[in-house]
Amino acid sequence: MSKRTVQFKIYRYDPDKDQQPYMQDISVELEASDKKLLDALVRLKVVDDTLSFRRSCREGVCGSDAMNINGKNGLACLTDVDSLAQPIALRPLPGLPVIRDLIVDMTQFFKQYHSIKPYLINDEPAPERERLQTPEDREELNGLYECILCACCSTSCPSFWWNPDKFVGPAGLLAAYRFIADTRDQATSARLDNLEDPYRLFRCHTIMNCVDVCPKGLNPTRAIGKIKDLMVRRAI
Amino acid sequence: MNVAKRTFDAVIVGAGGAGLRAALQLSEAGLRTAVLTKVFPTRSHTVAAQGGVAASLGNTTEDNWHWHMYDTVKGSDWLGDQDAIEFMCRKANEVVVELEHYGMPFDRTDNGKIYQRPFGGHSMNYGQAPVMRSCAAADRTGHAMLHALYQRNVRANTQFFVEWMAMDLIRNDDGDVLGVTAMEMETGEVSIFHAKATIFATGGAGRIYYSSTNAFINTGDGVGMAARAGIPLEDMEFWQFHPTGVAGAGVLITEGVRGEGGILRNDAGERFMERYAPNLKDLASRDVVSRSMVTEINEGRGCGPDKDHVLLDITHLSPENIMKRLPGIREISIQFAGIDPIKAPIPVVPTCHYQMGGIPTNYRGQVVVPKDGNPNSPVVGFYAAGECACASVHGANRLGTNSLLDLLVFGKSAGETVVDDFKSGNLMLKPLPETAADVSLARIARLESQKNGESVHEVRLAMQRTMQKHAGVFRFDNLLKEGVQRILEVAERAKSTEIKDKSQVWNTARTEALELDNLIEVAKATMISAEARKESRGAHVRDDAPDTAERPNGRDDQNWLKHTLWYTAGNRLEYKPVNLKPMSADVEPIALAKRTY
Repeated sequence: MSKRTVQFKIYRYDPDKDQQPYMQDISVELEASDKKLLDALVRLKVVDDTLSFRRSCREGVCGSDAMNINGKNGLACLTDVDSLAQPIALRPLPGLPVIRDLIVDMTQFFKQYHSIKPYLINDEPAPERERLQTPEDREELNGLYECILCACCSTSCPSFWWNPDKFVGPAGLLAAYRFIADTRDQATSARLDNLEDPYRLFRCHTIMNCVDVCPKGLNPTRAIGKIKDLMVRRAI
Repeated sequence: MNVAKRTFDAVIVGAGGAGLRAALQLSEAGLRTAVLTKVFPTRSHTVAAQGGVAASLGNTTEDNWHWHMYDTVKGSDWLGDQDAIEFMCRKANEVVVELEHYGMPFDRTDNGKIYQRPFGGHSMNYGQAPVMRSCAAADRTGHAMLHALYQRNVRANTQFFVEWMAMDLIRNDDGDVLGVTAMEMETGEVSIFHAKATIFATGGAGRIYYSSTNAFINTGDGVGMAARAGIPLEDMEFWQFHPTGVAGAGVLITEGVRGEGGILRNDAGERFMERYAPNLKDLASRDVVSRSMVTEINEGRGCGPDKDHVLLDITHLSPENIMKRLPGIREISIQFAGIDPIKAPIPVVPTCHYQMGGIPTNYRGQVVVPKDGNPNSPVVGFYAAGECACASVHGANRLGTNSLLDLLVFGKSAGETVVDDFKSGNLMLKPLPETAADVSLARIARLESQKNGESVHEVRLAMQRTMQKHAGVFRFDNLLKEGVQRILEVAERAKSTEIKDKSQVWNTARTEALELDNLIEVAKATMISAEARKESRGAHVRDDAPDTAERPNGRDDQNWLKHTLWYTAGNRLEYKPVNLKPMSADVEPIALAKRTY
């Protein structure tokens, strides 16, 4: 790719000066080396330093730069800018309060993540060396532990939009299953009790937006299905 | 201006691996602790570490901490302090096993133990053959580690101040550290965090270079704050250029790729590392591999239309093994190099990766400065750990997987020291000076009112290009001398940066301007320390200090076996001795020798 100009439509809102949010039309000339949407945003910020967004690792592992890109949630750093129809519409992640421009308040998202007790529970005295785990048992964690907490999934989920305070959401439930599936964890029963509720788990209606948007290719719906199976199995 | 004050037993700045590990120690001991972090903890750059954490568990091949210590001292080109290195290598098994108990999803061997892979510079029996010492979770070890540490802190009810940027260190007239000022990014408000103990765990400053594997947030905030508050910076001329950054993008490709059997090739397809390191070949230490790659490129054997990179080849590995052990690398190669490494080699080039120097500490995590004739006098109330600190275990060159080990060992050690000092009553809440917040408020006021100033972007770019050109993989006397002038000019420009964004809410332009102040301190320290060191050692290699019989590897142990200390006031340099004596009598000092792999 050579130099080219790219058109954007970006959600702007600064509570210090704007009565209400608006969509800003703006374009920027990209260098040949600018490949990802994040490269373009960094370039845009040189032109207009008031444009606000989170970013850090620029390689898809820190989860900072999740946003709604042409109507679909994704990470700016893993999205090829030239693959996007123009003008490229950028909005903050849906369903969470906007603080400024593309920056959302993620309190509710993390509250749900914390609510599933996202840590290993094993009250036996720790052995001298590592707890043993077979490679097969370890493989059960693949597709679960890689979550980067970017919130693309939960903020694309209509059930999370309606009940962000009551429904744990796909990211939190994926984490819940990550610990249930870990042979070293002893709290499966308590973890299931914690989700036994009309909202926390069962608001998932397998719409599967979460799977569609996950930038790490994870499948929260499958994990949720497995938790539901365990619920059913322990009921009979 | 009225500034809110918050009082804690301890304040930790930074919530990457070192900060989180220290926080656990404090939270579990019941200290009232505030952890300040400018990003949500799991977004810290520890998350991007890939290949593993070193520990001589010996799960697959025989191993012990003596061998690990030898490799680390040799890797450091004897600039590492042998007491701190012994401490780290002896503690490795303990901290890695703890992490497993916290829930870290390590890969497993067939008998259920932690999976280990070979890594550069790590050997068995004092350099004889590669050893399997790197404990790994696929190629996502840092991610798995950072999340496990965060999760354990959730369990321990650690109090985080998320998206708060620390601005300045507060010291009293005696030089004791009393806490920090910090800005809440959402509101722009500045507060004082007044504490009995302050631990810096703010990571490195790889963003001083144009081409870096580091995240945008790696701006050396703690290092800059310490320097401005009069603390010297140690061994800042030593920067690690990782051999395998994706050409053009800078994104890291782990050395674990070579640990799993990957081979570096030049344009003729030759495995050129056989010529430079006949024994460990592609798994020689990083400074050696990076220099070999640059030599290949400089001598016209680079690859691609511009002959500006070499190739990292894993096409001979089975696709199953690549998918199992290196899945993240495959994703990165597809995303950032546009190639699938199962089918084609990855274009790579040495890229700035790690800051070996930093805030001087001892192995207990106390910040130490020269005072009253003692080169290592502890600063009351001040501790540091991880990449921002210099213990010094990495000396002139760090071995891969020793950084994750460093942050576990010294994060824990700093935490333990604070808890000990607290319980023994050695730590007191000392009165704050009236002027405690003045420096920070003045910095903000200047940014508010600056007219006709410099663009933050332009100044930062000038700094990065200067560092890249004048203090790179190979260093030249004339370029270093010119580099000092250039970087001082850039530092002058940085005093009048101007931002257009005047909002109080999430003003990222302001954050970047404040970060630039920290980067500039690091850049000056690096260039000035590098210009002054008239020898080659580890990652600092000058063309006028070549490998000779009298000076193996270009090292001048007679005159330069010493740590640099740079003070920002007057850009003054001092030196202090390297500790060549181990911590205990269990091991003999590792004697100086020529470094070959």
